[in-house]
Amino acid sequence: MNFELLLFIVFALVAAVSSLMMITRKNAVISAVFLVLNFFALAGLYLLLNAQFIAVVQIIVYAGAIMVLFLFVLMLLNTGKEEAILHGKKPIKYFAIFIAAVVFLQVAYLLVFGSGSFTSNPDIEASLSSGTVETIGREIYTKYIIPFEAAGFLLLAATIGALILAKKKFE
Amino acid sequence: MDIWGIVIESVVKILFVLTIMLLTVSYLVLAERKVSAWIQSRLGPNRVGWGGALQPFADVAKLLLKEDIVPKAADKTLHTLAPFLAIFIAFSTYAVIPFGPPITLFGREINLHLADVNIGVLYVLALTSLGVYAITFAGWSSGSKYSLLGGIRSSAQMISYEVSMGFSIGGVVMMASSLSPVDIIESQSGWMWNAIVQPIGFITFLVSAFAETNRLPFDLPEAEPELVGGYHTEYSSMKFASFFMAEYANMIIASGMIVMLYLGGWQVPYIEKLGLGSPFTQIIQTLSFFVKVGFLLFFFIWVRWSIPRFRYDQLMNLGWKVMFPLSLLNIVWVAVVIMLFN
Amino acid sequence: MNSIPIEYYLILSAFMFSIGVTGVLIRRNAIVVFMSIELMLNSANLTLVAFSSYLGNPIGQVFVFFVMTVAAAEAAVGLAIIIAIFRNKLTVNIDEINIFKW
Repeated sequence: MNFELLLFIVFALVAAVSSLMMITRKNAVISAVFLVLNFFALAGLYLLLNAQFIAVVQIIVYAGAIMVLFLFVLMLLNTGKEEAILHGKKPIKYFAIFIAAVVFLQVAYLLVFGSGSFTSNPDIEASLSSGTVETIGREIYTKYIIPFEAAGFLLLAATIGALILAKKKFE
Repeated sequence: MDIWGIVIESVVKILFVLTIMLLTVSYLVLAERKVSAWIQSRLGPNRVGWGGALQPFADVAKLLLKEDIVPKAADKTLHTLAPFLAIFIAFSTYAVIPFGPPITLFGREINLHLADVNIGVLYVLALTSLGVYAITFAGWSSGSKYSLLGGIRSSAQMISYEVSMGFSIGGVVMMASSLSPVDIIESQSGWMWNAIVQPIGFITFLVSAFAETNRLPFDLPEAEPELVGGYHTEYSSMKFASFFMAEYANMIIASGMIVMLYLGGWQVPYIEKLGLGSPFTQIIQTLSFFVKVGFLLFFFIWVRWSIPRFRYDQLMNLGWKVMFPLSLLNIVWVAVVIMLFN
Repeated sequence: MNSIPIEYYLILSAFMFSIGVTGVLIRRNAIVVFMSIELMLNSANLTLVAFSSYLGNPIGQVFVFFVMTVAAAEAAVGLAIIIAIFRNKLTVNIDEINIFKW
């Protein structure tokens, strides 16, 4: 067994288990903690894929900003524990789990037994250079400058919207 | 280059840096007490050892012998995890800060930093943005009102000041056109220190560093008069000591960051004109790094005992309405400087 | 990275996406529902980065960057809406927030 496969298995297991834990914990704060763990495992996987910029941004933006915001709101509202996840044994919830499982099995089946149209024969050099800050910066500021500006406007609109929504008291 | 040479070099460097960090942290606590005593015309600790020189070890012994209390209402796992997280994040940040020029020892070139990460600045930014988790977890998991308030305050404060911190670093990265700490230090040769070229960015970064390390005048997460002890109200024994050490380790890292980004790192202006041999130059440069960090640490303590604490709304106003626009202004200023002089 | 077939990443991503869907469907706390949506976004990101890396083409990672921007905006506005609802109804349980039914 080589080292990369070992790392992949560790990160993948952490990601899978933490995502499962996230939706099954009754306490929302604990859920958030597992989601943070999941984001770390994903950052590790991004590093394995030579995407160093995305890996660091994943930690700075997702773990460092978005999840802190979630935790802030959770602590501010302090909603306490949700009653049992499958409370009242509503059949619709089991149906939901069934549907999700079927979707996953379908995708997995296609990937494993489907026609192998994608040959995983990556060009290491191209892969390494495509993940660096320089490459992504050049792409964003030349080819994708208009989407980038649009994203800036989106953030501005979101900031103003969030301010108004959180400040105003609906009568 | 044999593999064992690299392994031994790394282990020696890690041990060296860890020892230096632990010693500095323990003596920084003593320095804080001594300086505060001096500012307030008191004597300060002077009983243990020679003039109080062994006080840190007495403190550690006292904390180790205390009972470790976990409140009944606490979430046990997170309550235990938080202090370790705090100290782990604080110590791992130091890996990328270079504290001296490359030196030649036993016939091999040795870089005076633990890891040369080509995106080192982003690495530091990522880790400092995680520091808030230790405090938030501690505040939430303690099951106490005061701790919870401390955790809420700290998460809002850290997010707010991270923005201006990131933008200030943006100016530095623009000047160096690199994210590697070594390149950033080398771009500040002579008197081209970033503190002189971009004073606004220097000030915003300094203020944000105070806020990120939870030091006065921004220590609202632990404000003693209002919140008892804030997020570490419910901690005792070594867990409390871990938070305490993490706070001081964060101060050292913040000082190291300021020196690296704005005060030229280990650069001493015009040292090559003196015509000293290469080992002497390198020794002076390495020492100059520690002197700069030491002065900044003194500055941290000095400010703590001189300026009163902000109110929470003042803190938010300062962060969003003053520091954030100023750091944007700094970006524009750096862009103009680069356009004019390149 | 020759050693890991890209299918492994895709299966992991599909698994996380399914978990996210399940979370949205079975959880009643609005904030947890939001977190499940973040999980789904992240699983899509993993697919994009995996393809980008295996094809040696940075466009997938640029797209992930934009996804993150949108996720940040979405989290800010969504949490603001949740706070506004909480002020009015003192709950974040989405079964009890049913005022639009009338």
